[in-house]
Amino acid sequence: MASVSGKNSQKLDHPLDDLIRTDRIPHIWCSACGIGTVFASCLTAIKGSELDLNNFVMVSGIGCSGRAAGYVKLDSFHTTHGRAIPYATGIKLANKDLNVIVFSGDGDLFAIGGNHFIHAARRNIDMTVICVNNLNYGMTGGQVAATTPYMAKSTTTPSGNPEDPFNLPLMAYASGASYIARWTMLHTRELTETILEALLKKGFSFIEVLSPCPVNYGRRNKEKSFDTMKLYQENTIIKNNADPSELDIDFSRKVILGKFLDVDKPTFSERYEQIYRPEPQ
Amino acid sequence: MAFWRIPFDADEIDVSQGTVHFIEERCKGCGYCIAFCPREVLKVSDKFNPKGYHPPMIIKEGECVNCHYCEIICPEFAIFSVEIETDTKESKEKHDGGDTDR
Repeated sequence: MASVSGKNSQKLDHPLDDLIRTDRIPHIWCSACGIGTVFASCLTAIKGSELDLNNFVMVSGIGCSGRAAGYVKLDSFHTTHGRAIPYATGIKLANKDLNVIVFSGDGDLFAIGGNHFIHAARRNIDMTVICVNNLNYGMTGGQVAATTPYMAKSTTTPSGNPEDPFNLPLMAYASGASYIARWTMLHTRELTETILEALLKKGFSFIEVLSPCPVNYGRRNKEKSFDTMKLYQENTIIKNNADPSELDIDFSRKVILGKFLDVDKPTFSERYEQIYRPEPQ
Repeated sequence: MAFWRIPFDADEIDVSQGTVHFIEERCKGCGYCIAFCPREVLKVSDKFNPKGYHPPMIIKEGECVNCHYCEIICPEFAIFSVEIETDTKESKEKHDGGDTDR
């Protein structure tokens, strides 16, 4: 049992303890990793939405961020690698009253699961996708990922990454998502508000969250956790409704954060019901 | 902090007060709460928790303004702040806008 100390050392629980499996905390995420913060702000948003907690399902894939499904005290699925979105699609189609949240990492959602993301966005399936982007494959030892910036060092690119990374909001935009935003884990309040808005939004919502990986990405790029935080603080600008094509992550220029798209479109479930289960005349 | 202007209505604003609570077993010593506290209330303590990390400790009692930033930045669910009910609000109403420090 966790003991609490402070000025008045009465026993108090953390405000989010009712939404996490406290017997599994401390979690496996490394010291200074940002996934815990993103996870906490997701839980705060779930609490703040005041929707029925029995109607939430959290789905996550494989990777560090994939562990989130195991820590949340809601219905959750820890799925196979890259297939978080197909499972979530199935859940949503089986019961359209559920609020489906996909909480996963960049490697799971955009490398092995890239096609699933594109097609879920194209179909505009009503779900919220939170992508924790730590710019590398953290759990497997820091290999180069589809989101690793140009010339960044990783286990498999010791002299620098020769590839250009994905521009995730542009990909979501081109695929047909209804709601697109990007924050860093340092912009916690904005992130929580955005997740709350996305939860209440009808249609495919995508939120990219930049998060430090001090152990694998930071160590090889001479970037301690506070250096990453300084980058998040000083080399970012907030520009809502920015042109998606200028949203590349390049910290030598300013990285653009904000809410980029919020449109209303008919969802897959609505159209399916309309065409295949029309109201009897 | 030194360059921040003081708002014109600073003496009329009732700033809330809080206390910071720790769940020391969960702390992994990342130092985010210490670095990002706007009132610099915390510092690294000398003691160890069961995992061998140094949890934070309060150095400025009574300075916490209950902004909750340590709570929301903490990746470990290990720190949170709770508002202290002060009588400033009532006394202020009674004294019809008497000046309060915070």
